Amino acid sequence: MSDPAQASTTEPAGAAASAALLEVAGLSLLLEINGARRPVLREISFSVAPGEAVGLVGESGAGKTMTARAIGRLLPPGAQAQGTIRYRGSDVAALAGAGLRRYRSQVAMIFQDPRAHINPVRRIGDFLTEALRTNMGVPAAQARDRAVDMLTAVGIEDGARRLRQYPHQLSGGMLQRVMIAAALLTGPHLLLADEPTTALDVVTQAEVLAILDGLRRESGLAMLFITHDLDLAAAICDRTIVMYAGQVVEVRASALLHTDPLHPYTAALAAARPDITLTVPRLRAIPGRPLSPFEAPPGECAFASRCTHARDACRAAVPGLVALDGGLSRCVFAHQLRGQLQVVPGG
Amino acid sequence: MLLATLLVASFVIFAALYLAPGNAIAALSGGRSLPPGSEQVLEQRYHLNESFLAQYWYWLLNALHGNLGISITLRENVSTLIASRIWTTAGLVLYASVIILVLGIGLGIVSGLRRGALDTSTLVVTAVSASIPAFVAAIALILLFAVKLGWFPALGNGTGLVSNIRHFTLPAIALATASLAIVARVTRTAVRTESDREHVQTAVSRGIPARYVIWRHILRNAAIPITTITGITVASLIAVAAVVEVAFSLNGLGAYLVQAAETKDIAVVQGISLVLVTAFVVVNLLVDLLYAVLDPRVALGSGPG
Amino acid sequence: MSAFSLAGETSAPGRGLALLRATGPAGIASAAVLAAVVIAAVFGPLLAPYDPNLPNLSLAWVGPVGGHLLGYDFEGRDVASRLLAGAQTAMLGPLAVVTISVPAGTLLAVTAAWRRGASDAVISSGLNILFAFPGILLALLAAAVFGASLLAAVLALSAAYTPYVARVLRSAALKERSEPYVAALEVQGAPAASICLRHLIPNIAPLIAAQATILFGYAIVDLAAISYLGLGVQPPTANWGVMISENQAGLLEGYPLPALAPGVCIVIVVIAVNVLGERLFEQAQAARR
Repeated sequence: MSDPAQASTTEPAGAAASAALLEVAGLSLLLEINGARRPVLREISFSVAPGEAVGLVGESGAGKTMTARAIGRLLPPGAQAQGTIRYRGSDVAALAGAGLRRYRSQVAMIFQDPRAHINPVRRIGDFLTEALRTNMGVPAAQARDRAVDMLTAVGIEDGARRLRQYPHQLSGGMLQRVMIAAALLTGPHLLLADEPTTALDVVTQAEVLAILDGLRRESGLAMLFITHDLDLAAAICDRTIVMYAGQVVEVRASALLHTDPLHPYTAALAAARPDITLTVPRLRAIPGRPLSPFEAPPGECAFASRCTHARDACRAAVPGLVALDGGLSRCVFAHQLRGQLQVVPGG
Repeated sequence: MLLATLLVASFVIFAALYLAPGNAIAALSGGRSLPPGSEQVLEQRYHLNESFLAQYWYWLLNALHGNLGISITLRENVSTLIASRIWTTAGLVLYASVIILVLGIGLGIVSGLRRGALDTSTLVVTAVSASIPAFVAAIALILLFAVKLGWFPALGNGTGLVSNIRHFTLPAIALATASLAIVARVTRTAVRTESDREHVQTAVSRGIPARYVIWRHILRNAAIPITTITGITVASLIAVAAVVEVAFSLNGLGAYLVQAAETKDIAVVQGISLVLVTAFVVVNLLVDLLYAVLDPRVALGSGPG
Repeated sequence: MSAFSLAGETSAPGRGLALLRATGPAGIASAAVLAAVVIAAVFGPLLAPYDPNLPNLSLAWVGPVGGHLLGYDFEGRDVASRLLAGAQTAMLGPLAVVTISVPAGTLLAVTAAWRRGASDAVISSGLNILFAFPGILLALLAAAVFGASLLAAVLALSAAYTPYVARVLRSAALKERSEPYVAALEVQGAPAASICLRHLIPNIAPLIAAQATILFGYAIVDLAAISYLGLGVQPPTANWGVMISENQAGLLEGYPLPALAPGVCIVIVVIAVNVLGERLFEQAQAARR
């Protein structure tokens, strides 16, 4: 897990790429919103190595969920995607039939609001065993046993009884654990976790995250962890990708995100989070509001209008990704600003 | 709740006698002149000398025992007269319900799952057909299928099962037309709504084959609102059947009710109304029961709010 | 796109027109059709080319000929003229039903919503019991008791529809009741009736309009059915439902037009009402979001 430098779009699908479990290259996405085609993702590229936990961070509307849905082949009808997504070397978009179902059993997704994402009129047991029975041909009794074991692993005792219950009989925290259990039952190699703890209270959040993290490490599962919370991503993931307005603006080892960020946006995000140990005269919010990808003015840096370091060069063209100290930054002045962006406590 | 409806309805039906202009005897006889002595008989039979509530009580008690009084015009027991006609109405409503269930729900499901030309044409057809009242449909059907094409008879009950079915086909279609359209539309909306739900996304993301997703997640969940609208619709058929029976000269309860209303045969009107309202309440009860089976979140006795 | 986001529309007729415009081409077309029928209803007898009530048995069942577009009915009266005359009862009856049941239902709904608590519980239990009761049954009962007439039918239908209206409006009224501006007005000491009349009801007005339109459609069908059965409008008054039943015998004898034509009129009007009602309902939903 050394070099977080990511594969460029021109890298040949060969030796280096075969090490990556998931490779996203030049992913651009257009969606139909209110009858018009709008860009939602712009040239997203990154990779995830086997067993690696990568965070995907950004504000609402930055495109994180769409990225995950593109990877999971869950895009809404009318979506136009360009670029490639490769899983173990195969083009995900080209999968169909049995190949697609196998892919789905290997790349599992967990969602933000478990109550909305579990069928309320069917039992928990059905939810847990459905994929095993219908997609992987596991006999019902065996599937049930596996489900009970997995429930124990996520911290739900008395699994046999729980299998017979309905979702409305369980709390949000328990449902999210059930969701995790269901995702892990098919033995996936990659987990796409879309803000799995946002809908939960803080205490439950910690519990669920601990379970998730533990299970992941145990089984060597790779994970793409989506969140708007920079610190959360840093805590769980080895590497973090920061998105803004549908673009990747920074890729960095999580440990260095606060101490040595490479992009002004990352620094501003980190600075904006109130520190419980400090008293400051005024909360540091980023001026302006987050832009959706289709609101960002074309031909310039999307963050320029809110950036304190912005200069003319920022508005001249869309900045490319600059490799720096093992990370990446989409800032024209990445080199110059290096070392000046870190968060100064109390300042 | 439903029993309350029944009680209140029976009260209204009974009280109608009292709202009639003139005294009770005049209402019972429909304004006809009565042979001497029958006034006393009527007074006794209907306990007319006692209080309003007592009379209501006697009437209700009698009704529960199957004694619904005597028809002034036909001079027979109302219960007998009802019994001979109830199967016509029941058969008609059943036949129409089957049409609605099969065609209405079927069409709704198909157009809900597919988008495109089929869906748009379904919307247009149902918009028109929902606006065709049963008696207008009856006219059109008689004209086309009975007169011009001669495939079905235009009037009457027929004798024997096969003949009955032939005679009841056009009436059942007429009765079903408007309701079919409504059920199809609501079904379509329900299927669409369920298809867009997040839990369907989850199922797809797990690689569950499409046919399972459709049956176990979309249709299974859509069954709830579909049951509601079907229940409401079938219950309403009970009243509209009267119109269709008249249009096709069928010998059913509805037609008889209309006749009795015209001739002011109050006892018959009350008796049949009571039977029809009871049927109405029973259908609603069945829907509630079905609901509790379909939706585990609902406690029996509360219904879908 | 909410009808009320159209800037500058604050007067009631202005908002009404804005609401109408927002219903789209289908809604406007339907409104136009309805307007035409209303004109026929009001001026029908004057517009009719021939006397709708003058029987002439020697001309019975004669088909379309000369200036008689639709021929003659079973009593030798001009069908087209009778259709125009029939527009009156076709619109008047339902109008009366809606005029009675919508205000009554609104009153019940707002009262239940305003008082909440026990009053609401009582009213809404009552509504839950009554709302699905078929109007036709009540009308038959009324005809038996009071004698068959349009008035009896109208009253019975109004009584049957009121709980339905009240039930639908109650939830909207409840939501509106809990809006902050209502609490603000209460705190300022405004009397309940004033708040309801000047703020609460106008804010659910689009929903009320949509419901009234939908109910109008139901009333047209129910009243026509009751008249068809002979228990509503009485012949020889021209009425589309009555015309169908009078001329039904002609179907079997090869004279379909006098029975078919009123049926077509009914269907066209009901389609227009349904389309308009649906569009208005959509607008009401959009405005409340």
